[in-house]
Amino acid sequence: MHIVVCIKQVPDSAQIRVHPVTNTIMRQGVPAIINPFDLFAIEEALQLKDRYGARVTVLTMGPPQAEVALRKAVAYGADEMVLLTDRAFAGADTLATSYALAQAIRKLGEEEPVDLVLTGKQTIDGDTAQVGPGIARRLDLQLLTYVSAITDLDPGGKTIEVQRRSEGGVQVIRTRLPALVTVLEGGSTIRFATMPNMFRAERQPVQQWNREQAGIDDVGKIGLKGSPTVVSKIFTPRAGNRRAKMIGAEMGSAGEVASAVLDLLGSEHPRFARELGLAAP
Amino acid sequence: MTDSNPTAPSKARGKKRLELDPRLAAYRGVWVFVEIERGQVHPVSWELMGEGRKLADVLQVELGAVILGADGARLGEVAAEAFTYGADRAYLVADPVLADYRNQPYTRALTDLVNRHQPEILLLGATTLGRDLAGSVATTLLTGLTADCTELAIDPDNRGLLATRPTFGGSLLCTIQTLNFRPQMATVRPRVMAMPDAQPGRTGQVTQETLDLAEEDILAKVLAFIPDQNQEKAQLAYADIIVAGGRGMGRAENFQVLWDLAGVIGAEVGGSRPVTHAGWISAERQIGQSGKTVRPRLYIAAGISGAVQHRVGMESSDIILAINNDPNAPIFDFATYGIVGDAMQIVPALTEALRSRLAVRRRAG
Amino acid sequence: MTEKFDAIVVGAGPAGNAAAYTLASAGLKVLQLERGETPGTKNVQGAILYSDALERIIPDFRNEAPLERHIIEQRMWVLDDDSAIGTSYRSEAFSSDRPNRYTILRAPFDRWFSEKVRAAGALVICETTVTELLQEGGRVVGVRTDREEGDIYADVVILADGVNSLLARKAGFHGELDPRNVALAVKEIHFLPEETLQGRFNIKGSEGVVIEIAGAVTHGMVGTAFLYTNRESITLGIGCLLSDFKKTRVPPYALLEELKQHPAIAPLIEGGEMKEYAAHLIPEGGYKAIPKLYGEGWMIVGDSAGLVNAAHREGSNLAMTSGRIAAETVIALHGKGLPCSQENLAVYRAALDESFVMKDLKKYRELPEVLHGNPHFFSVYPKLFNRAAHTMLTVDGEDKHSKEKTVRRSFVEQRSLLGLMGDAYRMWRATR
Ligand SMILES: Cc1cc2nc3c(=O)[nH]c(=O)nc-3n(C[C@H](O)[C@H](O)[C@H](O)COP(=O)(O)OP(=O)(O)OC[C@H]3O[C@@H](n4cnc5c(N)ncnc54)[C@H](O)[C@@H]3O)c2cc1C
Ligand SMILES: Cc1cc2nc3c(=O)[nH]c(=O)nc-3n(C[C@H](O)[C@H](O)[C@H](O)COP(=O)(O)OP(=O)(O)OC[C@H]3O[C@@H](n4cnc5c(N)ncnc54)[C@H](O)[C@@H]3O)c2cc1C
Ligand SMILES: Nc1ncnc2c1ncn2[C@@H]1O[C@H](COP(=O)(O)O)[C@@H](O)[C@H]1O
Repeated sequence: MHIVVCIKQVPDSAQIRVHPVTNTIMRQGVPAIINPFDLFAIEEALQLKDRYGARVTVLTMGPPQAEVALRKAVAYGADEMVLLTDRAFAGADTLATSYALAQAIRKLGEEEPVDLVLTGKQTIDGDTAQVGPGIARRLDLQLLTYVSAITDLDPGGKTIEVQRRSEGGVQVIRTRLPALVTVLEGGSTIRFATMPNMFRAERQPVQQWNREQAGIDDVGKIGLKGSPTVVSKIFTPRAGNRRAKMIGAEMGSAGEVASAVLDLLGSEHPRFARELGLAAP
Repeated sequence: MTDSNPTAPSKARGKKRLELDPRLAAYRGVWVFVEIERGQVHPVSWELMGEGRKLADVLQVELGAVILGADGARLGEVAAEAFTYGADRAYLVADPVLADYRNQPYTRALTDLVNRHQPEILLLGATTLGRDLAGSVATTLLTGLTADCTELAIDPDNRGLLATRPTFGGSLLCTIQTLNFRPQMATVRPRVMAMPDAQPGRTGQVTQETLDLAEEDILAKVLAFIPDQNQEKAQLAYADIIVAGGRGMGRAENFQVLWDLAGVIGAEVGGSRPVTHAGWISAERQIGQSGKTVRPRLYIAAGISGAVQHRVGMESSDIILAINNDPNAPIFDFATYGIVGDAMQIVPALTEALRSRLAVRRRAG
Repeated sequence: MTEKFDAIVVGAGPAGNAAAYTLASAGLKVLQLERGETPGTKNVQGAILYSDALERIIPDFRNEAPLERHIIEQRMWVLDDDSAIGTSYRSEAFSSDRPNRYTILRAPFDRWFSEKVRAAGALVICETTVTELLQEGGRVVGVRTDREEGDIYADVVILADGVNSLLARKAGFHGELDPRNVALAVKEIHFLPEETLQGRFNIKGSEGVVIEIAGAVTHGMVGTAFLYTNRESITLGIGCLLSDFKKTRVPPYALLEELKQHPAIAPLIEGGEMKEYAAHLIPEGGYKAIPKLYGEGWMIVGDSAGLVNAAHREGSNLAMTSGRIAAETVIALHGKGLPCSQENLAVYRAALDESFVMKDLKKYRELPEVLHGNPHFFSVYPKLFNRAAHTMLTVDGEDKHSKEKTVRRSFVEQRSLLGLMGDAYRMWRATR
């Protein structure tokens, strides 16, 4: 069985700051991490490998530094790594990204047919959850999003059964391979890499593919050119902060503060207070 | 709109009007995909209908509701409801293969409809279903899709959709356009747009379409649906009052004071990411960028710093009451009322004060 | 695991990187283990880099290392509650093409240094903690890590695991740290636009300023504060002996808050955006506190060996130099096919004794004692100096002669004449 896991290196957005004057993102010193949701995709692949035996290839599209993310995946236990890197890929939106990744997966399939593609639920930078569905459409894979558990998989019979989160409940779906599964977070705990895998991750060469090597002839389908969406404006959220009305600094006891808040609610939001049953005593 | 000529507003502005490719100009109308799961319409669809109405008015085009499912009669009822929320026309596809949501038949049904009727804008809820469907429809149509928008508007110069969404974890907003492709697609999260008032008696036209797809051609089979036992999980987004706690609550046990407060005023309990990750409350109760978006009438935030990722999920609450022992906590920059103090003292005091006032009311009334 | 290395280096700070780089460059098979997520620390600590030590390892580091500013001016301030007296030295000569000191941010700097180590051929493994040294018959033969299948063997293990080396302690190579021999420092980075910073410090281009600060801000504890200008930020920190913190019970961050409010400091950082808050220990026991530095199959370098010159706030240069010398020792033995026995490793200590590292530490060997015994250096003198300056600089009709007399009297009142002379002697002896 051949499993491809798509992972993305993202800036740790918890540590991103916006320049107070120029409104631009200050990336300096912001560590790059594997998109946290993708760790669950990697873990799922490794569990399938443990259960059924599989070759696990990790694939990313990004700048040369993104190879750090791939090496990390190999440290967890993935077998091979492919880095799609080319200036022509820059500026891709989800449509162009899914095209490039799909082409690379197609190419990987020439060596050994790909049975399963795994992605994270979404990224924390793009945050769209669109790349997975996009790849599935392009490769005509069965799409299974928000999967919390792969309950059954038959590599020989080419079937897969999953539980996927949907609004108000969990859907149990059975379908055929090849499929693309976007993995929900929290389903399992991420393993701790073994020392031999750590060594292998550092030493194993990364396969780097540029546009041609990834089997892409039409530059109009990738990067900025292949992206139907255009970012027309970037700005900071509503500058007009409404500073809170502060209560109680001078008020004294917690009880008095609480009373004051309720009084204020009553006088400034009479309708709400009334409906709550809170007319002034 | 006072002007009856649909193209007049942009002409009047004159400058910078891009000539739309005639192939694209053929696309007209705003569509909202009405999400039905287990027979129930997801409220986000009506929220979007309200928003779609505004866009359609600016563009002076029809607002269409796309309604897919197995049970024709039920779809008719939903269409009637869609009209009360502003739809001019409902596109119905009733087919047994559409009984449960599955990506393949739904993608097929929706792309067929789009190719046949050519709307210029297509909106879906950013639910698990909506995101699943939007992603594959946009790829099939090879058009642009903007995820998780918080604001939608029309560019007066070129009739284009201006879709605004948070980026970089909410610290910035960006406006995205799909200039040379149609339809322009966007998803919007539940509770981001306000629920419109229904206009009883409002009606519209129904267009019935068929789906040319047999069950044998569909690979995915739904074996079961396990409804969430805890139905309230889904209710958080729609709660009127939410009491939320952050890391500042200190310990899992301290959340009890929040549950007590919630019990007294009939509120739901939520939390910030650190507390759901620490397991102090369940993951479904996380509010924020990677959790739920809420807009209750009252949001009580105890021991929450107000990091932007949390803020984006709750800032459209009507009233925000923040309790934090750090006078410089960012939450005070956007809360309505702020109390600088120890949540473990203030929250119980608030519960007591409420309890006694409500009791007084009860005795009085 | 069965794999064996010529050398294992524990830690990827300046000491460990210097050692691993030197070893790998000589073609030895080197494994470096670092517990942090990325090489070195993950925070943006600001610090001073002394060129000489690094130049001896990577001669052309100036072309590629992430340096912030080169220092052209050093100020020394002694603060009282609301005043400051000080001196400064500024020279264009420091702007030569090979400046002597730079400010750096440790995170990017360590990352760069680690890249060099990798490029030199060492195997660098992060996010891995060495939990203990593997010993056989009194000889260190390798390390145990916190990972599965994580025992690894080597001819020699170089401990560069920083202050408070748990590994050395666990192995019984040295004892508990004496709180009197270790300072706790806290620091913050405040971001400011480059132009603002240049204006405030009267500098252009990549010139930089260092301010060393003593006085009232330490509440009489043995300690100092510092301010460094980075390219777009200011590092501000303060540190005092751990034993003093224990005695006074003043929380370290409260000291830093006070420092930030001080009228001489506040305007310098005003409007800055605080990014990093970090606390770290500094071994300040000096020469007398240096533990055994080598043994059967092991050596210890940098902070973990207590090699810090507290009087001059030099640490990373001693760390790099000791790391380099330790590595050179191993390379020489390896070349001759000799084992890394205790006897053979004695060369390390001898070479260190010959270097500035031990010479400087020896020079200041009495300083810790003197400072412990004379808390008035940190409480009385700052007040006296500031008051004296205030008296002399206030033009109020009083003649200068009388003013001088007032000043002298205030000194003698606070510290008897004998006391003053004693202080001067003790300081001279401690730093001789
Ligand atoms: C991509 C991404 C997505 C994210 N998505 C989300 C999300 O969906 N939802 C979310 O919440 N976060 C999210 N986060 C995390 C977010 O950035 C913050 O880390 C988080 O919201 C902080 O939670 P907090 O306020 O509970 O904790 P803290 O930031 O630690 O704040 C605790 C606060 O409590 C106060 N406090 C302490 N003790 C007391 C006391 N006794 N009484 C009163 N006040 C006290 C403190 O002053 C402080 O302000 C996301 C981060 C990233 C990178
Ligand atoms: C506030 C402050 C300001 C300073 N300013 C200056 C200055 O301006 N100039 C100067 O020259 N010096 C300065 N110093 C001193 C300087 O930082 C140190 O002397 C220097 O970093 C020592 O280098 P090192 O490699 O020995 O230790 P460290 O830099 O502490 O590195 C030790 C490394 O080992 C790793 N490690 C520890 N234990 C393990 C383990 N068990 N397994 C794996 N890895 C482990 C740690 O994660 C760390 O990366 C300052 C120190 C402080 C605290
Ligand atoms: N550049 C990329 N390289 C590899 N995988 C990606 C890339 N971008 C997105 N993905 C995958 O697609 C998922 C969803 O991403 P997104 O649609 O950006 O939220 C991620 O979790 C990844 O698994």
